[in-house]
Amino acid sequence: MYSQTVMEHFKNPRNVGTIEEADGIGEVGNPVCGDMMTFYIKVKDNVIDDIKFQTFGCGAAIAVSSMVSEMAKGKTLDEASKITNKMVAEALEGLPKQKLHCSNLGADALQKAIQDYRLKKAGLAPKVEAKKCFCPVCDLENPMEAEFCTGCGKELDNH
Amino acid sequence: MSLVYVDHVAAMPLHPKVYEAMVPYFKEFYGNPSSIHDSGEKAREAIEGARGKIANLIGCQDEEIYFTSCGTESNNLALKGIAWAQQSRGREIIISSIEHFSIMHAINALERAGFQIVRLPVDQYGLVDPAAVEKAITPQTILVSIMHANPEVGTIEPIAAIGQITKAKNVLFHTDAVDAVGAIPVDVKQLNVDLLSLAASQFYGPKGAGALFVRKGVRLQPLLDGGIQERGLRAGTENVPAIVGMGVAADLAREELPQRMNHLQKLQKKLTAELPHKIPYLRFLGHPTRRLPGNVSVAVEFIEGEAMLLFMDMEGIQISSGSACISRSLKVSHVMLAMGVDAATAQGSLLFSFGMQNTEADVERILEALPPVVERLRHMSPVYRKAMAKKN
Repeated sequence: MYSQTVMEHFKNPRNVGTIEEADGIGEVGNPVCGDMMTFYIKVKDNVIDDIKFQTFGCGAAIAVSSMVSEMAKGKTLDEASKITNKMVAEALEGLPKQKLHCSNLGADALQKAIQDYRLKKAGLAPKVEAKKCFCPVCDLENPMEAEFCTGCGKELDNH
Repeated sequence: MSLVYVDHVAAMPLHPKVYEAMVPYFKEFYGNPSSIHDSGEKAREAIEGARGKIANLIGCQDEEIYFTSCGTESNNLALKGIAWAQQSRGREIIISSIEHFSIMHAINALERAGFQIVRLPVDQYGLVDPAAVEKAITPQTILVSIMHANPEVGTIEPIAAIGQITKAKNVLFHTDAVDAVGAIPVDVKQLNVDLLSLAASQFYGPKGAGALFVRKGVRLQPLLDGGIQERGLRAGTENVPAIVGMGVAADLAREELPQRMNHLQKLQKKLTAELPHKIPYLRFLGHPTRRLPGNVSVAVEFIEGEAMLLFMDMEGIQISSGSACISRSLKVSHVMLAMGVDAATAQGSLLFSFGMQNTEADVERILEALPPVVERLRHMSPVYRKAMAKKN
């Protein structure tokens, strides 16, 4: 099902963990939707000096997180900002089609961490974004705050 | 490293005696059962012999058994066959909310065609309440279909109690007993069912052989138009080797049932008793006692099932999970949601389904291999970190 590169990163994920005094933190997804990733970055002279992640999710989600952390480490913030989910999937030699939209969130989490760092540095409060969640029953996109799916009425346990 | 296969709800090995019995029907006795010459006659005799053995297993008459290609076909034939044949009497059908996809999706098709469907809820153990069935029946109800045992969580439904109600109310009752036949005693008279689906592949028989029990006098419409095989209810040349195999598997299931249940329950009890000592934050799913022998369904909190499955596979242990990441549809199991298990917990579900070749040493292997996998994934999980932070 998975490429050798995916399996290799899944078995030996790089940069697992948290950073106590992180300069930027980015989180995407939630366990109800299936995958959740949290990225921590430490920035020195505009370069991602250290990066760690924690991931709840399938083999693909773990491999994606590991690959993103490897791709971003040592890069300048501008370089790292250009990393996309598509590039991550390519670096992993592909992902199963059905996993592309749900597990391939690593670059989003990284971008959020970079944005968090930039906002903090500018002395701004982190921007609160409307999070989104896909209903586990009917797959409809719902606002994160929704208690019930707007499509099928199923109770959503987002909180 | 030897393989520990604990995914018997997905597939089972053929019993060696079943295999042996099938081989001649690939090589020597390849005749068409519809032919009147001797080769055809031999094939005909073979499938009629198998019919008798299957009838014997579930306590019905030979002519009440119709061969199909699998459990899915049996379920489709039961639901659509009854719906189309009896729609002049009414257009309401009652099912449960934890049925197999072959019931759920067949029912969705009937709903689109204008039938009214009642989907009964289940309790936290996955049990359907017979009183709820009684309440849901109206004069327009033509069929009730409730599965006998749910493979995903192991719960055995109160089929006999529901059968008494449907009989008293004069409503037809079908049960999808694919996971029950060969695993627990199943007798159509005791259960008061009018239709019952079964599949050989769930009792050490071959894939590609299923059957539908239809009580004498119950009228249904065939799914396939063609020849008059299976007295017109299932057109198409019979899969003779698979049917022969199903017959032998049925005989073996009937003879060995007490030993099988005993062996599987022993393994199930050992794993259920010892796993919580090795791994904290587990939730066992399904009914604690009314369950399929050898079926252990458990949710490991704060992590996801597919990742556990992949690591266990590397250890040579093959299991299953109801996680959304495993299903091709990427949806959380409807069975667990119906039982009130929240979607996040359902992601961490693991299903162990033991078979006759499993031993206590296999249970030991699981008890050894799983805890480090869980620990590793929890160490990686932001959900676990948050849950632990909340606790402290």
